[in-house]
Amino acid sequence: MSLVVRDLRVVFDTPKGPVWAVDGVDLEVAPGAVLGLVGESGSGKSVTLRAIARLLHANATVSGEVLWEDEDVLAMPPDRLRRLRGAEIGIVFQEPMAALNPVLTIGLQIDESLEAHTELDTKGRRARALELLDLVGIAAGGARLGQYPHEFSGGMRQRAMIAIALASSPKLLLADDPTTALDVTIQDQILRLLLRLKAELGMGLVLVTHDLGVVAQTCERVAVMYAGRVCEAGPVASVFASPRHAYTQALLRAMPGEGARAGAKLVPIPGQAPRLDRPAQGCAFQPRCTVSESACETRRPSMETDGDRRFACYAEARL
Amino acid sequence: MRVWLPLGAGLLILAALLVMAAVPDLLTPYDPLGFDYEALLAEPSPAHLFGTDQFGRDILSRTIAASRIDLQIAVFAMVGPLLIGSVIGLLVGWFGGWADALFGRLADIVVTFPFLVLVIAIVAVLGPGLINMYIAVACVGWVVYAKLMRGEVRVQRSADYVAAGQVLGFSTGRVLLRHVLPNAVRPVLVYAVTDMALAILLGSSLGYLGLGAQPPEAEWGVLIADGKNFFTTAPWISLAPGVAIVLAGLGFSLTGDGLQALLDVKR
Amino acid sequence: MSIVLQANAVERRFPAPRGLADLLLRRPIRAVHALSGVSIAIEAGETLGVVGESGCGKSTLARCLVRLIAPDAGAVMFEGQDIATLRSSDRLRFNRAVQMVFQDPFASLNPRMTVGAALAEVLRVHNIVPDADIPARVLALLDQVQLPASAAGRYPHAFSGGQRQRIGIARALAMEPRVIIADEPVSALDVSVQAQIVNLFMELQERLGLAIVFITHDLRLVRHMAHRVAVMYLGRVVETGLTHDIFEAPRHPYTRALISAVPSLIPGQARADAVRGELPSPMAPPPGCPFHPRCPIVMPRCASDAPSLINGVSCWAAG
Ligand SMILES: Nc1ncnc2c1ncn2[C@@H]1O[C@H](COP(=O)(O)OP(=O)(O)OP(=O)(O)O)[C@@H](O)[C@H]1O
Ligand SMILES: Nc1ncnc2c1ncn2[C@@H]1O[C@H](COP(=O)(O)OP(=O)(O)OP(=O)(O)O)[C@@H](O)[C@H]1O
Ligand SMILES: [Mg+2]
Ligand SMILES: [Mg+2]
Repeated sequence: MSLVVRDLRVVFDTPKGPVWAVDGVDLEVAPGAVLGLVGESGSGKSVTLRAIARLLHANATVSGEVLWEDEDVLAMPPDRLRRLRGAEIGIVFQEPMAALNPVLTIGLQIDESLEAHTELDTKGRRARALELLDLVGIAAGGARLGQYPHEFSGGMRQRAMIAIALASSPKLLLADDPTTALDVTIQDQILRLLLRLKAELGMGLVLVTHDLGVVAQTCERVAVMYAGRVCEAGPVASVFASPRHAYTQALLRAMPGEGARAGAKLVPIPGQAPRLDRPAQGCAFQPRCTVSESACETRRPSMETDGDRRFACYAEARL
Repeated sequence: MRVWLPLGAGLLILAALLVMAAVPDLLTPYDPLGFDYEALLAEPSPAHLFGTDQFGRDILSRTIAASRIDLQIAVFAMVGPLLIGSVIGLLVGWFGGWADALFGRLADIVVTFPFLVLVIAIVAVLGPGLINMYIAVACVGWVVYAKLMRGEVRVQRSADYVAAGQVLGFSTGRVLLRHVLPNAVRPVLVYAVTDMALAILLGSSLGYLGLGAQPPEAEWGVLIADGKNFFTTAPWISLAPGVAIVLAGLGFSLTGDGLQALLDVKR
Repeated sequence: MSIVLQANAVERRFPAPRGLADLLLRRPIRAVHALSGVSIAIEAGETLGVVGESGCGKSTLARCLVRLIAPDAGAVMFEGQDIATLRSSDRLRFNRAVQMVFQDPFASLNPRMTVGAALAEVLRVHNIVPDADIPARVLALLDQVQLPASAAGRYPHAFSGGQRQRIGIARALAMEPRVIIADEPVSALDVSVQAQIVNLFMELQERLGLAIVFITHDLRLVRHMAHRVAVMYLGRVVETGLTHDIFEAPRHPYTRALISAVPSLIPGQARADAVRGELPSPMAPPPGCPFHPRCPIVMPRCASDAPSLINGVSCWAAG
């Protein structure tokens, strides 16, 4: 395993009291493996990624273990951390406009990354920058290098972010919703690119997304998050075919399916998103769950392992 | 908490000021206009906390009595620019086009002159006095309000709820007054509170120069001017009104800043 | 079926801002060609899905249809009349008949009006019911979108995204419209609530006989709920037809690319090759067919002559 996350917890200290955004997350990513991270908006996916790279705001308290090639990331000294980010772990942020520097050209921002993490000379860096833009499907790179982020469309910004993250050929890429602003045809190009890099360089990938189709087509394993916890994890094919957590099942049912069921009613998930400032005593999904039993309300189900599947649901057998 | 401390302090000062202006007679230890030939130019003492002037009038009493006029100046010198500026800002922000371009040029010209200089110039033309001062301040001061309002309106104009109002067939007047204005007015009002501090400073500056309130009317700037001839021998004459100006200014500024932080208005 | 709303060869350009350099160098005025001759017809009681990549002009079309912006050329026809020429009472009748639901449920409600006041305002301004009946009608509207009566007294910020979208729908319904233009009404919502809103649209259509223009980039949703589909590319409709036909037998190469790029929910399905190339800039649309630079079956004439929409498809190869 190149990345191992054990019992990761993040608490935000806010004026209105603590927010338990991530509450005991376990993840593993092997070299060359792709892990999909899905779950409700606000379930802690972005916070988890940021915690792994130690990029959280000052009001966050992080505990647990993040091991990168057996090294404890949470205890790394600052200069080691700097080499880790960028050189070994690349990050694609959810909001590309916030993550790109508005006053520097795209070319300079790619160059910065190349300068810090490669031995290339000026000419070599420029050539590599062009190559990277081409890789993410931004043609006419020469002119594009001189443009500022605001001159790029939303989708192009997202791809510029990906190019910057890939500049140092990282061993692990943490990609937070990298294709939301993209047309499906461009999305397809990007996903193929990531899969190719994975195959050729053995790059590991954690892919956060809302699109279960993207997970099905790119990931080997998937972890489903709800209210700051992983509620179910396992190989994509078996999780999608037979979910073993009530939330996973509800999520799959809420999506319009394949083929000709057109016109049929979708099955929404009733109720409200859970509150992270007042964690539930029992299962966080219980108030919205259609198959819950009395135990769900009082005791939090613990994570169970069955072969390569993990899940935390009392109703698992009845799904 | 960081917000409540300045806001509380500011509101406390303003409350005190308001009480002084409302019932000065209850607070003044002496008749503010009563001459006392026994105590001409008396130094501060337990009997006269801030001393007396050349006619033996109690400075503290005069300062308290003057607060009414200064508070009136703070309000009137703010209301005129606020109303004129808001209406103009609302209209040019909404309609844009040549009116907006014209406004931009005009605003650029007005802000290149120092505020006080422009006001003094206008008062000089109109003649001294409070009313003319209000007119002069309104002529110059509306620009800031209009710019603030215009900026807010332009932000709101592209908001989807405004488009929704148009799709719902609401008249432009209704969209402007019922939907845009309530959402755009907040920073303008917060600024108005801070602006009252400037208004007090301005009012007393003009009073001092003899261009604002006229002598029988006791106004802090006028009081300070009264003391200027005795500045070497009896400096306390100007002290109490000076302190009053500083405190009142502080009160409005603190309240304004506190409100800004509380309502999360970005400037 | 009768046509209620129709766009005839609608064109719309947005001039690009001109900098000082442009003026000094006397560069020609450049413009984004957001719509270049779009024709669609909306029939009573049907759902027309509009799909296409980001920036292809879907929102611009929606705004033209509700008269928020005026076309530069062409016309939007309502009951056989150009809506640009409608005056006073006719215009109000148009406003009442054609309503819009916006993408961002947070931005499309006035934050300083309670939900009840916002609905009552619509009813009062248009004299839809006598003043005495307004409170009762407000409650009926809330009930129609499955919100509790207590919602009337609260401000928009007190609601979740899905609930706000219901409020937006209720406000449109207050006008008793015949057509609802919904511009990405579920894109800003979590998957778990998307289904609720989609179901609500389908129910309302059934009950009230509404025509719905459903703009989205989610092809699965379109397939699920639209009767007919219009596929847009770079400001043009490139293909239109019955949903079933479009998905089973797409005729335009872009439609084909779009459909084959939708990631399937079933893991490991083999996918067709991706389309190559960058989306062209709407500032300088390519001559001829807008899709030809990326088209896998491009022919020489595609680069010079623009095909027009004949029998529901705009492609030289489909003849
Ligand atoms: N700096 C912060 N201070 C306080 N709370 C925070 C902070 N950052 C995030 N949160 C909270 O943590 C929770 C998890 O947020 P996160 O961004 O990880 O969600 P997500 O799963 O990425 O959602 P989405 O799919 O919408 O991106 C949210 O409830 C959010 O409000
Ligand atoms: N008010 C405007 N001023 C200038 N350009 C505009 C304006 N509105 C839209 N455009 C441009 O018109 C083109 C079409 O935009 P539109 O918003 O209609 O696209 P869309 O298909 O709705 O995209 P999305 O799926 O991202 O919402 C884009 O290139 C956009 O930049
Ligand atoms: Mg996120
Ligand atoms: Mg749009």
